[in-house]
Amino acid sequence: MTVHNLYLFDRNGICLHYSEWNRKKQAGISKEEEFKLMYGMLFSIRSFVSKMSPLDMKEGFLSFQTSKYKLHYYETPTGLKVVMNTDLGVGNIRDVLHQIYSYIYVEYVVKNPLCSLNETIQSELFRSKLDTFVRSLPFFSARAG
Amino acid sequence: MAIFSVYVVNKAGGLIYQLDHYAPRAESEKTFGFPLELVLRPHDERVLVAFGQRDGVRVGHAVLAINGLEVNGRFTGDGRDVLEYLSSPANFPVSIRFGRPRLSSNEKLMLASMFHSLFAIGSQLSPEQGSSGIEVLETDTFKLHCFQTLTGIKFVVLADPRQAGIDALLRKIYEIYSDFALKNPFYSLEMPIRYPLLLGQEQQQGPASPPPVTGAALEAAASSPLNV
Repeated sequence: MTVHNLYLFDRNGICLHYSEWNRKKQAGISKEEEFKLMYGMLFSIRSFVSKMSPLDMKEGFLSFQTSKYKLHYYETPTGLKVVMNTDLGVGNIRDVLHQIYSYIYVEYVVKNPLCSLNETIQSELFRSKLDTFVRSLPFFSARAG
Repeated sequence: MAIFSVYVVNKAGGLIYQLDHYAPRAESEKTFGFPLELVLRPHDERVLVAFGQRDGVRVGHAVLAINGLEVNGRFTGDGRDVLEYLSSPANFPVSIRFGRPRLSSNEKLMLASMFHSLFAIGSQLSPEQGSSGIEVLETDTFKLHCFQTLTGIKFVVLADPRQAGIDALLRKIYEIYSDFALKNPFYSLEMPIRYPLLLGQEQQQGPASPPPVTGAALEAAASSPLNV
């Protein structure tokens, strides 16, 4: 089990943060374009899912998986989106994504007066805390380093 | 636990077959006095609730029936504009049934091709080499399972999140497609699978030809996913 990468989007689609751990393939486009493509895909999936659903949804889209990876999605009521790509062995990690939001984003970005919201997070503290948190997850394996 | 619907999408993203198998009832009927405390707004040839969520009526729900008469898009059963009808005090008290808007065939076509693109983007954004597109998509109300054949046709099944045995169902649907659509000499590739039309044609050809059973077989497979 491993974590590939993590995206953090705000409600306007700006990528606030991106980090990767065991990523073996790049998308073949610039990072800005990749963020836009990722956000666009999530935006479309949200609209797709809300139309397809046979019942009224509460949490909406949770995750999808392909033959090689699994994308986990968590959205706060304020529209902040946490997206984590892992391998297929990982189950429901909704609480983990919520912890990234409440213990790391809120603590080190929202409560940091030097961090302006709605733009890419520059804080080194946030970056290192997030890195430590993800590396300490039970399903994070450093085998691929 | 149920199978909600089945979609078959050809390699170009066109919807060639669709089956609604089971739709859970999410409707609520209430009697209202004048003036209506809900705010209704026309949207995409439907009348939707825009404000005033209460008693099972949710924002985004559509007006499905008025006084027991099914509503036809933005018009009542007898051809009057729904919003106009509900703005006249003479028609009250009135009983209105609200529910999630049902997908029109155009919307189904659009959603099928939308999924086709999402499938491709899902594989492009993969952090691992050689990934397929979306195979399972999970939400809190349903789980979408997709199986793409080597020739590019996608079989998509929408089911309850706890429903097991969908992989076997997808293979079974592929088998039924191969047996009853591909082996049918009247079926042209990539075109919609229209079994009732075929049924009509074959009856004209002669009574000896067996009835096409694509739809019936699919329906039977969807009804018994655990037996396949």
